[in-house]
Amino acid sequence: MSEETQNYKELLLGPIFLNNPIGLQILGICSALAVTSSLSVALVMSIALTSVTAFSNLLVSIVRNQIPNSIRIIVQMTIIASLVIVVDQILQAYAFETSKKLSVFVGLIITNCIVMGRAEAFAMKNGPISSFMDGIGNGLGYSIVLILVGTIRELFGSGTLLGFEILPLITNGGWYVSNGLLLLPPSSFFIIGFLIWVLREWKTEQVEETEYKLAPNSRAQEV
Amino acid sequence: MEQLIAIFIQAIFVENMALAFFLGMCTFIALSKKVDAAIGLGIAVIVVQAITVPVNNLIFKYLLEPGALTWAGYPDVDLSFLGFLSYIGVIAAIVQILEMFLDKYVPALYNALGVFLPLITVNCAILGASLFMVERDYDFSESLIYGIGAGVGWALAIVALAGVREKLKYSDVPKGLEGLGITFITVGLMSLGFMSFGGISL
Repeated sequence: MSEETQNYKELLLGPIFLNNPIGLQILGICSALAVTSSLSVALVMSIALTSVTAFSNLLVSIVRNQIPNSIRIIVQMTIIASLVIVVDQILQAYAFETSKKLSVFVGLIITNCIVMGRAEAFAMKNGPISSFMDGIGNGLGYSIVLILVGTIRELFGSGTLLGFEILPLITNGGWYVSNGLLLLPPSSFFIIGFLIWVLREWKTEQVEETEYKLAPNSRAQEV
Repeated sequence: MEQLIAIFIQAIFVENMALAFFLGMCTFIALSKKVDAAIGLGIAVIVVQAITVPVNNLIFKYLLEPGALTWAGYPDVDLSFLGFLSYIGVIAAIVQILEMFLDKYVPALYNALGVFLPLITVNCAILGASLFMVERDYDFSESLIYGIGAGVGWALAIVALAGVREKLKYSDVPKGLEGLGITFITVGLMSLGFMSFGGISL
């Protein structure tokens, strides 16, 4: 394997666990919380975000040497906003129901920090192809968290998965008592918090330094 | 007047941008380690909201709305699909002006906000407020009040979270939850608390 393909593989797979945009870089959390109440919506959102990130990285990287530094944000936003308008129109044309459910959150992809953060931090400094790979990689890292949270919330919150009944609810004559908390938005905070915990127990180098260590018991010792 | 006060209170508490709609979460969580920085960012957000929401309101009313271009002689033109692009353009321009202003006159705050000042542009709370303003069809004065209220609510939430986190760093948290993990759970609890405002109707 040549060094270049190795490099692309790293760019593509690195953000999934090692450098996850949600788990470590603190980017793109807003939509992760709001659109995860059902799996199908989370899937559409993931696809939309991954394609926008990849193409905005590609385009920003192509024009990166022509952008004057002081207006770079506006240029980046214009590229991203145009891509989002395209995605929005496609969704309205081919997946109208889902686009209704996503409502303002398609528009808010523009302000999703993953897109902007990667354009600013990576695409402004690297060539078009590696930027494209970086965009897809970060999109995948975001998607995996979204899909996990969406699965947990839909399965245990309403007993279905992609709309099919998995755990028959008591109200429908089954045995499963649905967990109402998981249908409320704050539950996604708890789920993501615990996901981060699991991820960091596994990849221990991501654990943050403790700022203050508890002092050992300092009472006078009995002689 | 009464209605304006209702919009203001509602924007701060009932429809708190951060804790009820989860907008602006990235900066909310990343920049809430110190109360000072949180206050600075909160003020920046209030200022940007108070300018952008009314300006976007004018742009929507006089340029984009179906039939809005009647004054220019094009009564049939509907430019509302350009909404995203124009709102974000206005926001980006104002943030960039603010950045240059702070760099020149308040360098201490500029350094404290660092990389997160450009990220105010991508703070979903800012664009979200403009989108809500369009969706709810506010007029100019209502959108001004709504912008300020949304900013104040967001600032209140981030200062509260920063206060909690400053105390939290003395506590003995499991290794893997340290930092980001425990913050998520704290915000979850705060947002459960704010849900109790949901029953208030004004």
